[in-house]
Amino acid sequence: MASTSIAVPQSNQGPKLVVRIVSIAALLFLVLIALVQIMPFVFTVANSFKCLPAIQEAPMAIIPLPPIDPACRAENGNMLPGSATASGATFNPSFEGYRAIFGRDFGRWTLNTAFLSVIVTVLRLGFDSLAGYALARLKFPGNRAVFFLILGTMMIPGVVLLIPRFIILKQLGMLNSFTGIIIPLMVDAFGIFLMKQFFESIPGEIEEAAQVDGADRFTIFFRIVLPMATPALTALAIFSFQGMWNNFLDVLLVLQGNASLWTLPLGLALIRGTSGETLDWNIFLAGSVITTLPLALVFFVFQRYFVEGVSYSGLKG
Amino acid sequence: MAETTSAAPAAKAAQAAGSMASKERGEAVTGYLFIAPAVIVMMVFLVLPMLAAVFFSLTDWDGIKPLSGAAPFEMVGLRNYERLLLSEGIRQEAFFEALRNTVYFVIGVVPAQTILALTLAAIVNQRWLKAKGFFRTAFYFPSITSSVVISIIFMWLFTSNGVVNAIAGAIIPGYAADPVTWLGDESGVIHNLLAVFGITRQTVGAWAATEIASVSLWDWLSGPSVTMSTIMILNTWTTIGTLMVIYLAALQNIPSQVYEAATVDGASSLQIFSRITVPLLRPTTFFVVTLGLIGTFQVFDQVFVISSGGFGTTTIAYLVYKSGYTDSRMGLATASAIILFVIIFMFTMLQRRIVGERAND
Repeated sequence: MASTSIAVPQSNQGPKLVVRIVSIAALLFLVLIALVQIMPFVFTVANSFKCLPAIQEAPMAIIPLPPIDPACRAENGNMLPGSATASGATFNPSFEGYRAIFGRDFGRWTLNTAFLSVIVTVLRLGFDSLAGYALARLKFPGNRAVFFLILGTMMIPGVVLLIPRFIILKQLGMLNSFTGIIIPLMVDAFGIFLMKQFFESIPGEIEEAAQVDGADRFTIFFRIVLPMATPALTALAIFSFQGMWNNFLDVLLVLQGNASLWTLPLGLALIRGTSGETLDWNIFLAGSVITTLPLALVFFVFQRYFVEGVSYSGLKG
Repeated sequence: MAETTSAAPAAKAAQAAGSMASKERGEAVTGYLFIAPAVIVMMVFLVLPMLAAVFFSLTDWDGIKPLSGAAPFEMVGLRNYERLLLSEGIRQEAFFEALRNTVYFVIGVVPAQTILALTLAAIVNQRWLKAKGFFRTAFYFPSITSSVVISIIFMWLFTSNGVVNAIAGAIIPGYAADPVTWLGDESGVIHNLLAVFGITRQTVGAWAATEIASVSLWDWLSGPSVTMSTIMILNTWTTIGTLMVIYLAALQNIPSQVYEAATVDGASSLQIFSRITVPLLRPTTFFVVTLGLIGTFQVFDQVFVISSGGFGTTTIAYLVYKSGYTDSRMGLATASAIILFVIIFMFTMLQRRIVGERAND
């Protein structure tokens, strides 16, 4: 922000003017950064609908105009120049990139990603809330020790576990299988904490009343406690789903050897290979849009929970 | 712990001691059942790997000889650590180059993302600002996107005939004639900056060739490579949204009376920000910087996708992956990982001490 020499008592106009200038500068800065954050996505979506030469020659054209789905190639099979389908700020939207990626197993990768994300999320909701409830409410010898064990695992950087986890999964015969992804990820320390904090924040009287009425702990947990935990479960579901959908390190280590098990991020990263800058950008941009779209929809529907969840994690620290 | 059941209502207190004991036992059994899946998974996939990492870092296992077979590896003591840290040679050179790249990455990204996030949060928190929700969404959106997708988008934006060079060419005179090769330039940015003033490896004198840990002094001081800087921009761009939301929540938790009192006392907005807001945000800053340190020291995905460790972008995390997974040197890979763990741990503790002491003033 611009410098402000402030509070000169004798002039009333000065500070007000300065405040206004600073405010305008701050607003401009905000708008500039917002553009920097959003425009890459606008460019990506627009260019994912272009013929390959138009992506290279006119990447800045972002206004779609008919004719829709023009021919990208001449009759002799050669690519038409970019100017044939884009000029200035406008382009003719093409579906060539999207047609091409579904010729490259993207359908299967989309299903794999969705399957893993749903399974991991459901398992985490169950196991994290069970563990969080035990830590928050149930008295058993070793309760504190388990709590500190879980706290400790949060401090281990993922990279340190990379190689030994690979070795253990190899010994267990879980490499190149979904089991090797699902089992290690079906509980997570962050989720257990989230649930523990939540259960501690709700009063225990209802559970005690149910207990007096003779209900056992399982009934209490599934019938009374879980339904009350919907806000925390929603936040956890969103974080887990997003984390698994975007997961790269684990799927790279475990699933790399079997292309039919790849997820969208893994597939995108591995077909990129080492071809440097000479990529078929229409395929990669269309793939990026397809990978992002489901999460973007979830984000816009559940935006409040995303933001609340992140805020919550920050206030804890 | 086991003898207190203070949560039980008064009516229950009158019950026979025998029934209490069996109830406690029942609760303990339920507790173990509830916690068992979490503890088993964490033991097998977090604690055991951590111990395995320490163990394999003391071996020369190649990751190929089956562990069930005869003598798959030998115990080599601290030799892997010695080769990485102390003995001159290609292992030491590779490790310290990766360390240099990682440290530049951390030094560049952590302050930039923290300051930007705080500035943006402070502006969005202003009462006069309309459309707060729009800005929050705009800043946060990149954080939900896959790191692979972001890397691909940035690669495309930064290609030689991409959007970034097109915009720079339109704004900066003469840029189009000599554009930056963002994705394929291993020269350090400080090295390039000094070259503008005619200062080069050859002109500064013999000291530049002196090697410390198999890396020449000049290379130590050259700064992050151009390609690494591109990844640094990408990383900052991705994380500021999350960090801004965290700061914004903390800002909204500061009671407005604090500001009102300061305004009555005649403090200017800038004084209020630097003397009141920033100190009150210290716990949040600790959290944000810790998150930043842990994340940046482990940067991997973007390096994998954009440059595969080329052009001066091999970080320690990438080195761990490459020496373990590609080169089948499990001993060296796990030793590098353990060193990284110690570095992250030390930095977090150091940072806790610095921020903690100031908070106690």
